[in-house]
Amino acid sequence: MNETSTSVETDAPNSKDDPTAPRGSIATAPSTGPASDRADLRPENINDAVIRLAGDSQDGIQSAGAFLARLAGRSAQDVMTYMTIPATISGGPSIFQVRMGTGEVLSAGDEADFLVAFYQHSYQDHIGCLKEGGVLLYDSDNVAPDLDDKRFVYVGVPITGLTVEALGGTAKDKGKNIFILGLIAKIFHLDVDKLKALITEKFAGKDESIVNTALMAFQAGYGYPVGNVLTKQYRFEPHVPKEGERAQITMDGNQALAYGLIAAGVRFGAGYPITPWSSVMEILRSELPKYGGLFVQAEDELGAVSLALGFSFSGYLAVTGSAGPGISLKTEAIGWASMSEMPLIIINVQRGGPSTGLPTNVEQSDLFQAIFGGHGDSPRVVLAASTVEDCFYIAIEAARIARKYSTPVFILSDTSLATRIEAFDEPELKDLMIDPTLDLTPRPVGFKPYAVDQITQHVPPGARMLDGKYPLVSGLEHDEMGHPTGSPKLHMAMTAKRRNKLRQLAEEIPVPEIYGDQDGGTLLVGWGSTYGPIHDAVKLARENGEKAGALHLRHVHPLPNGLEKIFARFKRIVVVEMNDQGIYGFGQLATILRARFCEPKIESATKTDGLTFRVKEILERVFEGRSFAARKIPREGLAIVHTGTAPENVKSLKEVVPQGVG
Amino acid sequence: MSTENTPTNGSTTATALAESPREKLTKKAITADHPTWCPGCGDFAVLASYYKVIEKRQLDHEKIVTLAGIGCSSRFPYFVNGYGAHFIHGRAVPLASGISLARPDLHVFLFGGDGDGFSIGGNHLNHGARKNVNLTYFIMDNFVYGLTKKQTSPTSPIGFKSKTDPTGAIDQPVNPMKQLISAGASFVARTHATQVNHMIQMIERAMDHQGFSVIECLSECVEFFPGAFDPANPRKGGAFSLIDEKKYDNTPEDELRHDVTDELAAYKLAQLPFPGVFGVFYESDRPTKNALEKKWIDTTREKLGNPTDLQLLQKTFDRMK
Ligand SMILES: Cc1ncc(C[n+]2csc(CCOP(=O)(O)OP(=O)(O)O)c2C)c(N)n1
Ligand code: SF4
Ligand SMILES: [Mg+2]
Repeated sequence: MNETSTSVETDAPNSKDDPTAPRGSIATAPSTGPASDRADLRPENINDAVIRLAGDSQDGIQSAGAFLARLAGRSAQDVMTYMTIPATISGGPSIFQVRMGTGEVLSAGDEADFLVAFYQHSYQDHIGCLKEGGVLLYDSDNVAPDLDDKRFVYVGVPITGLTVEALGGTAKDKGKNIFILGLIAKIFHLDVDKLKALITEKFAGKDESIVNTALMAFQAGYGYPVGNVLTKQYRFEPHVPKEGERAQITMDGNQALAYGLIAAGVRFGAGYPITPWSSVMEILRSELPKYGGLFVQAEDELGAVSLALGFSFSGYLAVTGSAGPGISLKTEAIGWASMSEMPLIIINVQRGGPSTGLPTNVEQSDLFQAIFGGHGDSPRVVLAASTVEDCFYIAIEAARIARKYSTPVFILSDTSLATRIEAFDEPELKDLMIDPTLDLTPRPVGFKPYAVDQITQHVPPGARMLDGKYPLVSGLEHDEMGHPTGSPKLHMAMTAKRRNKLRQLAEEIPVPEIYGDQDGGTLLVGWGSTYGPIHDAVKLARENGEKAGALHLRHVHPLPNGLEKIFARFKRIVVVEMNDQGIYGFGQLATILRARFCEPKIESATKTDGLTFRVKEILERVFEGRSFAARKIPREGLAIVHTGTAPENVKSLKEVVPQGVG
Repeated sequence: MSTENTPTNGSTTATALAESPREKLTKKAITADHPTWCPGCGDFAVLASYYKVIEKRQLDHEKIVTLAGIGCSSRFPYFVNGYGAHFIHGRAVPLASGISLARPDLHVFLFGGDGDGFSIGGNHLNHGARKNVNLTYFIMDNFVYGLTKKQTSPTSPIGFKSKTDPTGAIDQPVNPMKQLISAGASFVARTHATQVNHMIQMIERAMDHQGFSVIECLSECVEFFPGAFDPANPRKGGAFSLIDEKKYDNTPEDELRHDVTDELAAYKLAQLPFPGVFGVFYESDRPTKNALEKKWIDTTREKLGNPTDLQLLQKTFDRMK
C-alpha cells in the first residue's frame, strides 16, 4: 500500500510501534458504530492496495474479486487481478488477488496489504505473502491465527456465522463472498452504490430473491463494525479525470482476445476445449452468431484447425486456438497454412508443459513451438500479448497481418493473462471495426494467386475468373496457379517468396519504445505477460539508483528491425522469461535473440515454478548482490529457487498440481 | 458483417455477376492437368463421371469447389479446373465442413481414398456424418494404400498380402456402409467404377441430398490390387447386384423392396457378403448443421433487432464498464 498523504492527525499511533494498538484483538462484539464514525482513526489516503482473498474455489472468491475489479474500473482506478485456477473440478484452495490503484498499476503486486483468510489452510498458506504491518482479516469461525506473530494486524470476524444469520440459514454459508465484499467496502470506503449496482447487474435476469439475498449479505458485511480494531482509515485518493478521458472497461485476457477478434472482423472459428483456452471459444460460440458468424466445436484440434482453414479458404479469415497439447495436434495443418499461404489466426493460451504438464499454471515455454513447430521451412508470424488490454489490440494486429500477408499468425497468451481482470480505456470501436465482406468481383485475365514476385492473395470461391482458369490451393510445392511442381527452381523461388514476405513485414513493424533509461545500464527484455513485473522491476531499480530500461516485444517473429542498435547502447541485456534455461543455459527468447544478433551480452533469467514473476524475483535475478534486490520473500507454492528439489521447496506442491483439470 | 452479407444466407454473390453472360460449361472448360494415375486405374472413371455431372447440371463454374486429402485418389482437384484445395492426409472432411458452413452458395465436393477416409480421417468422418454437414463425399475405395505403394488399408480383406502384411492381412476390415450408417451420414450409397451410369446417378442423388452424403465407390488399383472388384463386374464374370428400392406403387412386390429410410434394413444390406449390393442404402432428411446453425444465427440476430456490428460490440462494452 503506498501511503500518499497523511492529513490531519499525524501523531496517530502506528500499529507496529505502539503497544496500545489493538494488535491481535479480535472483534467479535459489535460496538459503537461504523468505521467512518471513529474520530480517533487516522484517515489515510492510499493510492494503491493489494487485497488477497484466500479460500476454496466454491466460496465464490473469484466473483467477489471480480466485483472489486469492476468497481475499480468504474471508478476510473487502475486495477489488476491475479488468480489461481481452482486445482480441482469443484473445491480446492483458490485465491484471487486484486490490486487497485489511483496511479498506473502494472503488476498484481508481490505482497498483499490485506489478506482475507476463509480457512486455516488459507491462513497458513498465504500469511507469508502479507506485508509486514498488513492486515489479516479472517473468519474467526474457521481460523485461529498465531496472534503472537506481531508483524500483522489481526481482525477476526465470525464470517460464516454472521452470513448464515444474515441470510436466515437457508443459503448455508453461501454468500460469505458477498459478506466479505461488504466488509472490504466499509474498510476502504468504496462506493457502495456502485457496488450494489454491480451486484444487481450481475444477478439480473435471475430469480429476484437471489439479488435480494446477495444485497442482504452485502449489507450485513457492510454494517459490521470492523473499524473498531483497525488503526487506520483507508480511503483511495480520488481519481481526477483528465480531459478527454475515456471510460474504463473491465475484462479478462480471454475476453479481450475474443472481442478483439470480433472488432477485427473475424466471424468464423473452430476449437476444442482445453484449459486455459476454453473461455475464448465459449465466448466466440455465443457471440459470433450475433454478428452473422459461427464458431464450431470440433471433434479434436486437428478437426478444429481444418475447419478454420475451410472458413479461411471460403474467404473469411478464421481463428482456431488451444493450449500446448492442442497446438501440438494442429501442427500439421498449420504447416499446410504456411505452404498454401492461407490466412489463419492461431491462439495459444500457454500453460505449463510439456505434455499435459501443469494445466492450471503459467509458463512461456511454447515460443519455440510457435516459431518453429512443424516440418520443413514453414514461415509464420508470432505475436505475444503483454497485458489484458493488449490482448484486445493484438487480435486486431494479428488479423491485419494475416490478411495482408496471407499467412498463419500465432497469438501467444498465457494462463495469467487469461485469468486476470484488468481495467483499460474503452477502445474507440468505430475506428477499429473491420467489415469482413467478401470481394466476389470477377478477376481479370491472367490472375495467379501465387505470383512469384508478389504477396499471395487468394480469391474466395464464387468469384468468376474471366479467363476461365481457376486457381488451386495446395500443400504440395506448387506453381503460380497452385498446381504441383517438382521443379527445384520453383521450390527455391516459392520458399524464398514465403520467407521474403515476412522480411517485408519486419520492415513495417515499429521498433518498440524503451521504458526507463535509454542507454548505459541494464536492458531488461521481455515478451508476453511478464510486462507488468518487468516494468515494475525497472521502476524500482531506477528508484534505487540503477540505470535500467525495459524493452518488451509484441512482434516476436519476425522481430522488428533495428533492435541491434538498441542492444548496442546498453551495458547488459537480460532476457526475462518464464521457461527453462535449456541445455545451453538460455531461455527461448534469449536463444533466438542471441542467434539473430550474435550478441554475447545477452543474458537469460528464467524460471519454471509455474507462477507469475514477482517484481522482487526479477530484481534478485537481474541485480544480484545489490542491497535493494536482496530481500527474499517467502511465497505460497513452489519456492523461487529452482536449483534443487529439497522437500521444503516443494512442500505446497499440492496447491499447484491440479487434480481434475486437463 | 452487414446483414446483406451474412455468410450463411447464401447471398454473397456480387449481383453484377448475375448479368454477365455465361458460356455453356463444357467438359473442356472444367478439365485441368492430365491425371497422373496409372493407366487403367479405376479413378479415371470417377473423374469422367464428375465431369459428366457438372456438364449435365450446368453448375456455375465459380461455385464448384473440389477438395481432397492425400492419396492417389486425392490428387483429384488438380485434374479439375475449378476452385479447389489439396489438403493434408485424412483431414479434408473438416476443411470441407468449414467451407460448406460459411458458404452455402457453393457446391462442395470432396474426394479421397479408403485410408484417407476410414483410417487417418476416421474420426472426422464420423463427426462430419453425425453433424450432418451439407456436402458430398466420394470415397474411392481400392482396398489398399495406392500412393504409398501397397500397404494394408482399413478396408483390405483378411488374407490380403501387402508390404505390411506379407503373410496376409489379419485385422478385421471396416465395413464402410455399416460405419457410415451408424455414424449418422444422412445419405449412404455404394457404386463401382466400371459402372459409369450408376456412378453418375449416385453422384447426382448425393448432390441433391441436403446433408452429409457419402458414396463408396469400388475403384480398382490396377497396380497393387488388380482384380479386387471383378466379383462385382459383369464383364469379368461377376454380378453387379442393384438394390431394389421401393417404388411406393402399392404392388405386393413393393413390400419386399428396400426402404431407404429404414436404417435397420440398410444395415442388413450392408451385412451381405462381398461383393454385396450397390445403390442407395440409406437416406434421411434429418436437418443439416448448416440449417440448424443458420436458424440459431437468424433468431439470435432477430431477437437483438438486427443491429450493426458496431452497435453490438459497443453494447457489450457498455456492459463491461
Ligand atoms: C500424416 C501423413 N501420414 C502418412 C502419409 C503418407 N500417405 C500418403 S497417402 C497414404 C495412404 C493413401 O491411401 P488411400 O487413402 O487409400 O488412397 P489411395 O492412394 O489408395 O487412393 C499415406 C499413408 C501422409 N501423406 N501424411
Ligand atoms: S497406384 Fe493404384 S490407385 Fe494409385 S494411380 Fe496407380 S492404380 Fe490408381
Ligand atoms: Mg486406397
